[in-house]
Amino acid sequence: MSIEAAGITKRFGNFVALNGVDLSVADGRLTALLGPSGGGKSTLLRIIGGLDQPDAGTVHINGRDTTALPAQHRNVGFVFQHYAAFKHLSVYRNVAFGLEIRKRPKDEIRRRVSELLELVHLEQFADRLPGQLSGGQRQRMALARALAVEPSVLLLDEPFGALDAQVRKELRSWLRRLHDDMHVTTVFVTHDQEEALEVADEIVVINHGRVEQVGSPADVYDRPANDFVMTFLGPVTQLCGRLVRPHDLEVFTSDTADAVPATVSRLQRVGFEVRAEMIAGDEQPWAQLTRGQAEALGLQPGSKVWLRALE
Amino acid sequence: MASGRNATVLRSIAVVYVALLVFVPLVVVTSETLGAGWSVFWSAVSNEQAVTAFRLTIETAAAAVAVNAVFGTGVALLLTRSRFPGRRLLSALVDLPISVSPIVAGLALILVYGPVDGWLGPYLHGAGIDIIFALPGMVLATAFVSLPLLLREVVPVLAEEGVDQEQAARVLGANGWQRFVRITVPTIRPALLYGIVLTLARSIGEFGAIRVVSGNVSGAGQTQTVPLLAVERLERFQPGAYQLAFILMITSMLTILVVFFRRESLAGA
Amino acid sequence: MSSLVLPVRDVARSAPPVRVNDQDISGAARLSRGSALGLGTAVLWLSLLVLLPLAAVVVQSFGGGLGGFWASITRPGALNALKLTIGSSLIVSAINSVMGTLVAWVLVRDRFPGKRLLDLVVDIPFALPTIVAGLVLLGVYGAESPVRINLLGSPIGIVIALLFVTFPFVVRSVQPVLLALDREAEQAAACLGASPPTIFRRVVLPLLLPAIASGAALSFARSMGEYGSTLLISGGLDGARVSSMYIYQQIQSFDFAGASATATVLLAVSVLVILGLEVLQQVAARRG
Repeated sequence: MSIEAAGITKRFGNFVALNGVDLSVADGRLTALLGPSGGGKSTLLRIIGGLDQPDAGTVHINGRDTTALPAQHRNVGFVFQHYAAFKHLSVYRNVAFGLEIRKRPKDEIRRRVSELLELVHLEQFADRLPGQLSGGQRQRMALARALAVEPSVLLLDEPFGALDAQVRKELRSWLRRLHDDMHVTTVFVTHDQEEALEVADEIVVINHGRVEQVGSPADVYDRPANDFVMTFLGPVTQLCGRLVRPHDLEVFTSDTADAVPATVSRLQRVGFEVRAEMIAGDEQPWAQLTRGQAEALGLQPGSKVWLRALE
Repeated sequence: MASGRNATVLRSIAVVYVALLVFVPLVVVTSETLGAGWSVFWSAVSNEQAVTAFRLTIETAAAAVAVNAVFGTGVALLLTRSRFPGRRLLSALVDLPISVSPIVAGLALILVYGPVDGWLGPYLHGAGIDIIFALPGMVLATAFVSLPLLLREVVPVLAEEGVDQEQAARVLGANGWQRFVRITVPTIRPALLYGIVLTLARSIGEFGAIRVVSGNVSGAGQTQTVPLLAVERLERFQPGAYQLAFILMITSMLTILVVFFRRESLAGA
Repeated sequence: MSSLVLPVRDVARSAPPVRVNDQDISGAARLSRGSALGLGTAVLWLSLLVLLPLAAVVVQSFGGGLGGFWASITRPGALNALKLTIGSSLIVSAINSVMGTLVAWVLVRDRFPGKRLLDLVVDIPFALPTIVAGLVLLGVYGAESPVRINLLGSPIGIVIALLFVTFPFVVRSVQPVLLALDREAEQAAACLGASPPTIFRRVVLPLLLPAIASGAALSFARSMGEYGSTLLISGGLDGARVSSMYIYQQIQSFDFAGASATATVLLAVSVLVILGLEVLQQVAARRG
């Protein structure tokens, strides 16, 4: 079930949320829409899901034009940041909702719901109300609920945004493993670049309603299309007017070809890494070194070094 | 969320229902009243009986408001700042008058304060205090039916706010009265004022309970308030009922405006 | 989240009971001497104003024992009045439950010019003195009706009067709950394949029920005791005499026992409604 969105434009009053955005997701892939808040990623996701209508552009799901089709008929699974649980229904009834709507026989529902509850490890909470679950449990329930109707496409809007850091990391890798097992075409929205890099097959970087770059995690991290993508995806520092990754900055203790002279101004130990802040002319680049590297170079505040950006 | 057509249907039903039920009757009556002409209007509201009725209405309402403001604030403070057995019972008791029919309220007061057969009435009558068929009874009846109104506005505010400031003030050396005047009253002032407006509106418009306890006296020693007078005019086929009712209606419209602005300010805050 | 306490403080005779259970009170301290005095005064005042008079009604109605009480309320006049009162109150509460929810829905979810005016008009029955309502309704539905509908002395006139007066209860009770609903849950239901009517029935309505019930209960209690607005349209005729009018009539005839008996029935209904609302609030609070 592939997704093709072409020329999507959406305005809210005077504010242009999306400006002629194209998106292409191949069948079975796990794609992240990554970008800063307000950039348009959630709007795009909701348009794909049928929760909002675009002002211009088309959406095709598996070749079928769904642009004018309401969410009800798109068979798209949607998971919300704040769970959107049915507060008055038990976990079981929540997950069974889509199947009950479709008037499936009771035993089929029971089988499928049990299957899914096992999948998300919520079997013993089947009779609880969502209000009695933790955030992470509620989100797992929401996922099970969305998967129950065997959607052609799964959309997740900042699914782990409301959860604690630890739970977020756990659910992140759990989502990746789930996708590896189930192969449902999945698109998720996040503003956390670490999350996108860790989980997705492909990353679409969106900023101010425009697509900045589309590529694999390695692509967008190592070969960013522009300064914005580079800055957003990872740490950056500046040398000779160019943006460089701090861990791509080579530090030499003697003059080397193509290297720029600099003085170490500050050394900061962060865990097993060392952050070396330097002054090179009117720039203040910093390099990320391992403890071993820093010791081998014998760096001290005031040391004279030569810097070169690794290509 | 509903499709455009569904939404329009619902909207039409709602508007038509409200218009037919509430709006149209008011418009019809207002136009009839005003259409009767200015001289009818003026004579209806300026004759001696009407003027006395206005005076009585305002006196009764003001007294009831004063009584309920003082005791209402006191009880609200008790309910929100102290713990004692039976607190929930007190709270329920204070709520009771809202659900009681005004006629029952009037009957209840007569049974206790009636000068002939009442539980306490004869003793009071002997001491020269007349409650039923006199102003004090009217004030009691009005205070009864409007008892919870002010409390309900003040209690939520007291329950949520002010405790920290009051404790801070105590630590700084303020005694109970100082705390009340300098901290508590400013905290509850908007709610208190709003409660006073509600109580006043309710008191001005009270009919059933006052009809029972006042004896509905017309001539000398009149105990008819404006609502009672309006009904008497109607029952005796005399002009003026709708004109008097119109005055009452204006008062309530002003109340609605106050409610509206209160809601807006609460929503904004 | 409590769905029954109206966050927007409301006009007059509507708002739900003062919520004072042990959870809402912050910083409550044990009674000091001043507070104890205040409590004593408050109790005395409430006794003189509320407790004693209401107790007198109950005592008076059982003056002739249980048999006397029963005889009083089964007298044709009393019984017919009770039947009319209870019947019309039930009908009115049922209609209000539906129409009140519908109007609340339109006020919260829809947007159109004049919506604020509609919102304001909803408050009118609350603020209007009952007798003004009575005169207004008589003017429209009485003997000289400009629209040629004469309901003088008819039970239908009573029902319309009660509908007028109790209309805002359900609307104002449901509105805040609707405002606070999680819209994304409805969107989730849509993605799962539910049509808008299905979404309303399965996702929205269950969460509104406590508020609807609360508004209906208040509407019922108010209808049972209503006097001023129904008095004039009844025209004093037998076919449209509700219990409050019957009680007044008995007071005028100095039949205090008969008046008190019916009054006690009305009081019992009031108490039951308050208790019911308390229970409802507990249930809603537990579900959270």
